Amino acid sequence: MDTKTHISVRNLNVHYKESHALRNINIDIPDKKITVILGPSGCGKSTLLKCFNRLIDTVEDVKVTGQVLVDGEDLFSPDAEVTHIRKKMGLLSQRPVPLPMSIYDNVAYGPRLHGLRKRAALDAIVEKHLKMASLWDEVEGRLHEPASKLSIGQQQRLCLARGLAVGPEIILGDEPTSALDPKSSRHIEQRFLELKNEYTIVIVTHILRQAKRLADYVVFLYLGELIEHGPAQEMFENPKEEMTREYMKGIIS
Amino acid sequence: MKKFDMRKLEENFFKILMIGSCVIVTGSLALILWSILRRGLPAMSLDMVSSVPKGGFYMGGEGGILNAIVGSLLLASGASVLAFLLSLPVSIGLNVYLRRGSRLASFARFSLDVLNGVPSIVYGAFGFALMLFFGLKASLLAGIITVALLILPIMCRAMDEVFQMVPKDMMDVSHSLGATRLQAALSVLTRQALPGITTAILISFGRGIGDAASVLFTAGYSDNLPSSVLSPVASLPLAIFFQLGTPVPEVQDRAYASALILTTMILLLSIGARVASRKLSRNIIK
Repeated sequence: MDTKTHISVRNLNVHYKESHALRNINIDIPDKKITVILGPSGCGKSTLLKCFNRLIDTVEDVKVTGQVLVDGEDLFSPDAEVTHIRKKMGLLSQRPVPLPMSIYDNVAYGPRLHGLRKRAALDAIVEKHLKMASLWDEVEGRLHEPASKLSIGQQQRLCLARGLAVGPEIILGDEPTSALDPKSSRHIEQRFLELKNEYTIVIVTHILRQAKRLADYVVFLYLGELIEHGPAQEMFENPKEEMTREYMKGIIS
Repeated sequence: MKKFDMRKLEENFFKILMIGSCVIVTGSLALILWSILRRGLPAMSLDMVSSVPKGGFYMGGEGGILNAIVGSLLLASGASVLAFLLSLPVSIGLNVYLRRGSRLASFARFSLDVLNGVPSIVYGAFGFALMLFFGLKASLLAGIITVALLILPIMCRAMDEVFQMVPKDMMDVSHSLGATRLQAALSVLTRQALPGITTAILISFGRGIGDAASVLFTAGYSDNLPSSVLSPVASLPLAIFFQLGTPVPEVQDRAYASALILTTMILLLSIGARVASRKLSRNIIK
């Protein structure tokens, strides 16, 4: 696979108070592809994702060493500007987390944080990103209703629109469909497939079938260690490591 | 014969206990209201709420307690505003800037709880000392400062509790969109906690308006409406105290009427708080 690297992880170690959550991780995440991080629960998938936007900072008693380079810039270097880093990443969490405001204000939240005040410009941003998340048609007439009035599936698409509205380069999804019904999950997956031409997408999942539907590149973690990573086809059909093979067959989960 | 059923007995015992407690609680409220109404209502007049004491008021002369109503409202509102300006940064600091297990945070919470238990007369004495130190006289300003100190711990802890209820995920979302901690606190935390904040302010206001001991030395008392923040002001609790202390039964009845006014104000405030928090919870994520 001939691609540019967008995120490089170098010798990354994460220690929680009593556990070594990530052990010496080295990966290159390709640009404008969907990378799926696979692995059983508790293997450090979410921790790795949290390192990418430094949301790991908000976790207590955590120690991070190593480097995460985004466009060659180290996220963990002391001069890294954390709000700037986070602006590059849109995050979708396990359950949709709408903010306590209207549908409109949810999407406009990020742009407003970064100083945009003009009504017309905000209107345009809100419309554009709700359309990208294919939510526009469902909410067009009720943009000023509370976001909590939406269904869970709609809320997750709202969160996607909100993440996209800050103009990120990277979309991070932490099991983004795990709280959704099958139809809403498909909806979100479809959006990912559309968006991958413009964004680098990194998704954590433990659903093997979902990984097969989405992945261009696969990273397999087990108990905090990187077992294997590579292009999706290779990883699914002909993994090198015994452990990956077993996981793909469903022997370990 | 049916078997003796211990569990049923327990169940019935607790049912009776529960009903009994409810009766005692609502009964005492009803008794308080009844005694105020019984003696206060006949003494109530338009004059009571619309004019200040005239000559010989405390001996049964004409006039009312408008001075005390206005004074109390000014004292409690001023103190609530001042306490809010201090409570907001404190509670945001406790919940956003300090880590959950932080020693400073738990020490601050402990201190606030201790302050909460300090009797209001001590605040009165402290306010008095502070007042002398700054060369102030008993005045609206000194009263506001003292009442603000009195209600500060209640307001801080009440706001702290509401902020603790805000899901961490929500703050994470705000951060992941590039918000600084202050931005996240002001745009997400306070918004999600808005009904709780309103309640916290109104509870504190209610505590402030009903307190006599803290304003005894610091706000003074005056039969006139205050002309500036530096003039002494009357307050409802002290008005009740002074009127009850007279030997004239008519004036004593007026004390009950004053108590009725104070109680009604607090009742209206509670209703207001309920209505406001329902209105403000429109956007809240449950």
